[in-house]
Amino acid sequence: MAISPLEPARAAPGSTTGPILQMDKSTVRFGEVVANDRVSFDLAPGEIHALLGENGAGKTTLMRVLAGLIQPDEGQVFVRGEARSFESVADSVAAGIGMVHQHFMLVPTLTVAENVSLGLRSAGRLFPNTARVGRELRALADKHGLSLDPSARVSDLSIGQQQRVEIVKALYRGATILILDEPTAVLTPGETDSLLAMLRSLTEQGTSVVFISHKLREIRAVADRVTVLRHGQTVGTWALDSVADAELTSAMIGRDAAPTVSSRLAPTTSVAPVPRLAVERVGARDRRGHAVLDSVSLSVAPGEILGIAGVDGNGQTELAEILSGVRRPSAGEVRLDGANITAATVAERIGHGLAHVPEDRQRTGLILDLSIAENLAMETVGTAMFSRRGSLNRAAVRAHAEDIISRFDIRCSGPDQRVRDLSGGNQQKVLIARAVSRAPSALVVSQPTRGVDLGAVENIHRQILDLAAQGCAVILISTELDEILALSDRIAVLYSGTIISTYDRATVDLGTLGMNMTGQSV
Amino acid sequence: MDIFNWIVSAQGEGFFSATMRLAVPLLLAAVGAIYAERSGAINVGIEGMMLSSALSAALVAADTGSPTLGLLAGVVTGIAVAALLAVFTVLLPADPVVVGIALNLLAVGGTTFVFRIFSNQVGTTTTTPGIDAEPIPLLESIPILGPLLFDQSYLVYIALIGVVITWVVLKFTSWGLLLRAAGEHPAAADSLGLSVNRTRFVALLVSGAFAGLGGAFLSLVASTQFVENMTAGRGYIAMAILILGHRSPWGVLLASLLFGLGDAFQLRAQLDNTGVPFQFLLMIPYVLTIVTLAVFGRRLIDPAALGTHFRRGHR
Ligand SMILES: Nc1ncnc2c1ncn2[C@@H]1O[C@H](COP(=O)(O)OP(=O)(O)O)[C@@H](O)[C@H]1O
Ligand SMILES: [Mg+2]
Repeated sequence: MAISPLEPARAAPGSTTGPILQMDKSTVRFGEVVANDRVSFDLAPGEIHALLGENGAGKTTLMRVLAGLIQPDEGQVFVRGEARSFESVADSVAAGIGMVHQHFMLVPTLTVAENVSLGLRSAGRLFPNTARVGRELRALADKHGLSLDPSARVSDLSIGQQQRVEIVKALYRGATILILDEPTAVLTPGETDSLLAMLRSLTEQGTSVVFISHKLREIRAVADRVTVLRHGQTVGTWALDSVADAELTSAMIGRDAAPTVSSRLAPTTSVAPVPRLAVERVGARDRRGHAVLDSVSLSVAPGEILGIAGVDGNGQTELAEILSGVRRPSAGEVRLDGANITAATVAERIGHGLAHVPEDRQRTGLILDLSIAENLAMETVGTAMFSRRGSLNRAAVRAHAEDIISRFDIRCSGPDQRVRDLSGGNQQKVLIARAVSRAPSALVVSQPTRGVDLGAVENIHRQILDLAAQGCAVILISTELDEILALSDRIAVLYSGTIISTYDRATVDLGTLGMNMTGQSV
Repeated sequence: MDIFNWIVSAQGEGFFSATMRLAVPLLLAAVGAIYAERSGAINVGIEGMMLSSALSAALVAADTGSPTLGLLAGVVTGIAVAALLAVFTVLLPADPVVVGIALNLLAVGGTTFVFRIFSNQVGTTTTTPGIDAEPIPLLESIPILGPLLFDQSYLVYIALIGVVITWVVLKFTSWGLLLRAAGEHPAAADSLGLSVNRTRFVALLVSGAFAGLGGAFLSLVASTQFVENMTAGRGYIAMAILILGHRSPWGVLLASLLFGLGDAFQLRAQLDNTGVPFQFLLMIPYVLTIVTLAVFGRRLIDPAALGTHFRRGHR
């Protein structure tokens, strides 16, 4: 494995050809955790510089230093060759830095213009002139060929539009250095393409961009150079035209990339007469009474994996909740082996062999302050396996946990370790193991690898495939198209609360799904 | 009875003037609470703020002979109690509900104690100088509106102007924008270099000042004396009015008038000797609180960050 990082160029003070921005040995500690360990990074004028690294590598932390939100413990920042320290966001904005955060910093109840005027002196000290700000925003957006309605309420905008607002907001506040933290994580493939095109046109007009991602394909498409971070340290910086994907992947994960799980192009079992798990014309409403699921029908046979693709927020959460029994549908039926279980409680469904892996492991999946062993026993704690006449058999709970920890390769100090102290990937393994180890006859799994490092992704995919091979019917809900394509036998696309298309895996490609996800049928 | 004749009768005029008099302390306290809650800070201590202010206003007015100085003392007291609440709930931070209730309980004992020391009396003071109603010629004789609006003390106008100012602040000023951002998405305000906690601190102080006005109104206008525990839960009713009025100044104005009407009604009913035991009549405003909250409180959507503590980067 040959890694040949570029030497960072050192700028002479006041020089115009050197980097516009440079970070030198920046170190940030959070208690025991060293989130950034002497990281160096530089950005050339008009460049798109990608930051690549697994979850927890320290990318966001590094950029929060630039945004003035964190003061580094050590290290220096140079802007146009001059040493600067950012005590506050205002300092950073004054230096021409604008950050688009991974979770948008827009107040949903305010309009676009109000959001941009927030805290902005030039909008008016006492009474902000939002009308003027709105006009100027529109002009700025037009200049960059974007459409933007300054009087729209942010909560009425799509995610892609909100992101555009964030970018225009940064530009309006005078940013010449734009930082985007995982901007594509929430976008459809189509929206991603237009974002990348927009970034390129911005750099042509002189803006420099830091682009954080862990998707190589996008980095390839847009960036000039890439810096890889791992465990808080810089692994190296490369020009993209002189480095291979494999090299970057191994730099990112610290070893050679394992072959990805092969996709399941071979058709599996023929469709059984009675599907294992099915929903018929189910509907759901949110707390304002708007329909979030409308007449959705799906079914999955034993041994089959049905992938549900779609952009976040199109009804996935509600569908999973209806299947698992957490939410009552406003219409329709849920069937397991032909029996109507619409009114069955979560516990009754578990008793009938249905397993569920919720999308948010920290909020609904696990109880973070309990041990691994306790979390693993949670769903079936009342059964003969773990308790007798109401008293818990601690030895059995422990033994069960030890068995699972070794079988599922959960990296921990032992069954008594608190789940909170595990990494995201290992937390997810606990959650998957709990579902899979019961040998369920049907599994509903949501976002199984969200925020999980690559090593754990393989492990989790393997568990899901093995379970299906043993005859379990699986509904896989994921916003990651690669994951859906790699695991599913059939794929349905959920858009705006309805299933707008269903395909056999063999007959569909990424492009078609991407179109469907934005509501366009092909 | 002929309704119109009743309206213009002395009885009817007394009823409408009482409606406003009973509504205004609630209105003041609830309008102040709009600032706190829209910024994401919960003010459960309104009751304690009102009670402390009622006492300090009465004592200062009695001592100096100036009701205006009494009013100022009430406002300062409200701000001081609110500062205490803000230090505990914004800066430390502790649970706002627990601290608020603790302050309210402290205020009941504390005001009784202080009152007995300073006045050498138990129960109530002798009458203190109060702020009188000043009828506005001609306008005061308009049916309903006259007694409601134009035969009142200047504190009523302050309350109504407070409603308008609050509306303007929330809708048109930079600080109002910041306030709403702090209540809905504090991290967004923070990411723009604005201080969420300072905003909430100040919002609580404003809330305290309004509650202080409301408390002073009780002991200077509604009755010109201090009575132990004279707020009798009005601080809590103000919180209900806040919800009923959907945390908007105009909504809160309507809601507090509704309560003033209910209260005036039960007073009237007591005087008229209806045969209903007065204990039941006294319940009317409280029952109204529970019923309206149960009916209208459900559709309200709270500020997303209401009652949460803000710390940067906290996950
Ligand atoms: N506010 C914080 N408090 C404590 N630890 C933090 C905080 N922010 C980040 N970390 C830790 O710092 C490390 C780097 O996190 P981050 O910069 O968010 O990584 P990335 O953006 O690359 O996924 C992680 O181990 C994370 O848990
Ligand atoms: Mg990050």
